[in-house]
Amino acid sequence: MSIPQEHDYIGLSEPLQSEKLSYKMAAAAEGVTPSLNAEKVGVFNLKETELRLGLPGSEAPERKGGIGIGVSLFGKELKDESMCVKNFVSGAKRGFSDAINGAGKWGLSIHGGSAADLGGNGGPNLKEEIPAVKAVEERKNEASITAPASKAQVVGWPPIRSFRKNTLATNTPKKDDVAGKSGSGCLYVKVSMDGAPYLRKINLKTYCSYAEISSALENMFSCFTIGQCGQGLAAKEHLSESHLMDLLHGSEYVLTYEDKDGDWMLVGDVPWEMFTDSCRRLRIMKGSDAIGLAPRTMQKSKSQN
Amino acid sequence: MAYSFPEEVLEHVFSFLSSDRDRNAVSLVCKSWYDIERWCRRRIFVGNCYAVSPEMVIRRFPELRAVEMKGKPHFADFNLVPEGWGAYAYPWIAAMAEAYPFLEEIKLKRMVVTDDTLELISKSCKNFKLLVLTSCEGFTTDGLASIAANCRHLRELDLRESEVEELSGHWLSHFPDSCTSLVSLNISCLGSEVSFSILERLVARSPNLRTLRLNRAVPLERLANLIRRAPQLVELGTGAYSAEIRSDTFSNLADAFSACKQLKALSGFWDVVPSYLPAMYSVCSGITSLNLSYAAIPSTDLVKLISQCQNLQRLWVMDYIEDSGLDVLAASCKDLQELRVFPSDPFGAEPNVSLTEQGLVSVSEGCPKLESVLYFCRQMSNAALIAIAKNRPNFIRFRLCIIDPQAPDYLTLEPLDAGFGAIVEKCKELRRLSMTGLLTDRVFKYIGSHAKKLEMLSIAFAGDSDLGLHHVLSGCDSLRKLEIRDCPFGDKALLANAAKLETMRSLWMSSCSVSFGACKLLAQKMPRLNVEVIDERGPPDSRPESCSVERVYVYRTVASRQRLDMPDFVWTLDEDSSLRYS
Repeated sequence: MSIPQEHDYIGLSEPLQSEKLSYKMAAAAEGVTPSLNAEKVGVFNLKETELRLGLPGSEAPERKGGIGIGVSLFGKELKDESMCVKNFVSGAKRGFSDAINGAGKWGLSIHGGSAADLGGNGGPNLKEEIPAVKAVEERKNEASITAPASKAQVVGWPPIRSFRKNTLATNTPKKDDVAGKSGSGCLYVKVSMDGAPYLRKINLKTYCSYAEISSALENMFSCFTIGQCGQGLAAKEHLSESHLMDLLHGSEYVLTYEDKDGDWMLVGDVPWEMFTDSCRRLRIMKGSDAIGLAPRTMQKSKSQN
Repeated sequence: MAYSFPEEVLEHVFSFLSSDRDRNAVSLVCKSWYDIERWCRRRIFVGNCYAVSPEMVIRRFPELRAVEMKGKPHFADFNLVPEGWGAYAYPWIAAMAEAYPFLEEIKLKRMVVTDDTLELISKSCKNFKLLVLTSCEGFTTDGLASIAANCRHLRELDLRESEVEELSGHWLSHFPDSCTSLVSLNISCLGSEVSFSILERLVARSPNLRTLRLNRAVPLERLANLIRRAPQLVELGTGAYSAEIRSDTFSNLADAFSACKQLKALSGFWDVVPSYLPAMYSVCSGITSLNLSYAAIPSTDLVKLISQCQNLQRLWVMDYIEDSGLDVLAASCKDLQELRVFPSDPFGAEPNVSLTEQGLVSVSEGCPKLESVLYFCRQMSNAALIAIAKNRPNFIRFRLCIIDPQAPDYLTLEPLDAGFGAIVEKCKELRRLSMTGLLTDRVFKYIGSHAKKLEMLSIAFAGDSDLGLHHVLSGCDSLRKLEIRDCPFGDKALLANAAKLETMRSLWMSSCSVSFGACKLLAQKMPRLNVEVIDERGPPDSRPESCSVERVYVYRTVASRQRLDMPDFVWTLDEDSSLRYS
């Protein structure tokens, strides 16, 4: 077994890159936590009873499929891949694993439950195996001082409090002449769902349309519904504002938001830009509570009762 | 023979001790001093709400009047702690409301406070005077209404940067007409309108009002009337500082300001229209604290204002001030002690203003009393940091944030080790340090050797190996809080310095290389540390022990290690060494 050099974890990331890529793509296609492929499972079966300086999994070049060698995971022997897969993805948290990753374009690990940039990066966080590696590698190799355009996606960076971030985001556009290049990359709002044990936060700036945000929220909260969110969502090519209610109609939920004046509004009525300008938080309401927000919904809930 | 002072005398002597450290020291002298002291302690500070249980506090200190407490770790401010992690105030308040009917003051930071909690306070503590909620969340304006309605002697209501669900602006009207005791009101975090007439009447009947911080929704046209009713104000936070340019609005405002002879601190300034800034000139010479960190105005206007404030001690401003503005600051404000420069466009790829390391160098040169800095910029050099350290060895707090987290010295492309090394070497009284930029293990070696008074260290995207963490843990004698994100620090340094962790309040590590196995081992070795694995991927034992955890939060505690409010993404070690999660 090759022992990684003590202070040089950088070069060990390469072998895992391709796996990471295929893993990510598989996840994106399915939109849910993908099953682990055989190689990934092999990585986890490595015997590691001693602490080393290298990152876990960094001896990837020699993957051991050896279950016999491996560590028993608290009494659960890794009998077969499928079982490992099940353990890994078990639990009610499954639907959230893919929501946790912010865009990993930096190659840096993205953690934090409140990041919800679902742009194509589904899948659980295996990439944290190589947290700062890739980034440092980039830095040292390129010696570049210009930041990648996507740095806005790193969770919690730069370290600015939400109150300030939101204030920046809602600074009036007339400040353009002062700022030169005004406009920030994020506007975090809370998303609550009736009956869910906790809330989420999403960045409105990462979406361009109601369709995007709707599917993102659906992914985020799907584990709380009884699987009623439309299966046909993925099939719908274009979704206009007026179709928004149709998306959630099967699940008896209505998407509402609180605007700047403190009023609860139905999502979908105004143009997207106006919505992001005035939306302060979102709430996925039970259809039966949404009486008064939209006549159509009322009819539906009445008919369902 | 043993003569001792009567208890009353000792109590009287102890009453002159206000610092917690002194009181703690006194209580260790002997059993009788411990006993006397605990009965006469009135104020308590709990830095980590999970370090001790409410019952233990109540048992030891039966007569408290003021409680200050902190909950979530600092990195929660940047969304690194998932929602639902904990820090609920209710269990504490419920226990204390019963045990301390005469409780007067509650200060909470980064805790979840519900409306029920607020209602409980307002109904149980008849003498309640002071409520400060910093970066808290979980309550609505209904909770505020109960405080307003029931706390007859309320002096301070301060909602610093808390997240409030605003159901209505009418909560203010719950302050009864008989309430005239207000000294401080800070509602700057509220987004929606509050009723102006109610606010005006409240201000008018509060002769002792010294601090009034309004929210953005209070328009400039209303400000003059409010100030006019409170010329005794010492601290004022404006609302939106913009209006159509009209001479009557201007003169109204200028007159109102000129009547405020005691004004020392100004804040607010959302949406500033620069033409209205001169309305404040009459008070500028007395101003010691100026928070313009929401004001998007060009450097020239900022400079005109700042150069009037010769007695300025604290300035918070956005990077619109630019290097040129900081030069003027350095020349005009010789009493400056604290400077914070915030980024106006933190997510833009290119700089939008001309603010560089030069600005900080100027201020460090020109302001001999400067001791506390928070500076966001886009480039830094070792030369600049070394110059700053030479100019200003009296730094106590030094927080530098380069927008690109691993930016090297932009002149030499080297790591910034030497620069930060100079800071810790020259600034012997440094208590707080945050670093960014390209940093290797070497900088941690410097920190471990020199930063002997350092109490809080924040590290991100830095270091090469466990050696870095080891230097810090083994060298920084005064370290209390260490927070680390995205660094290649792992198990070895952590386990080798396990004992050190018990001398600290807490350690936070996220996106590092700490394995689950090490967390278990640490928890087994150190029964008085709570090792919380915060991982949203499911139970850690469904992965190999060598797998890194997403986040680990280690803190010393004398309370139980299984807090009852753990969400399902937090794991701690159970007493019988098996994995346990709620």
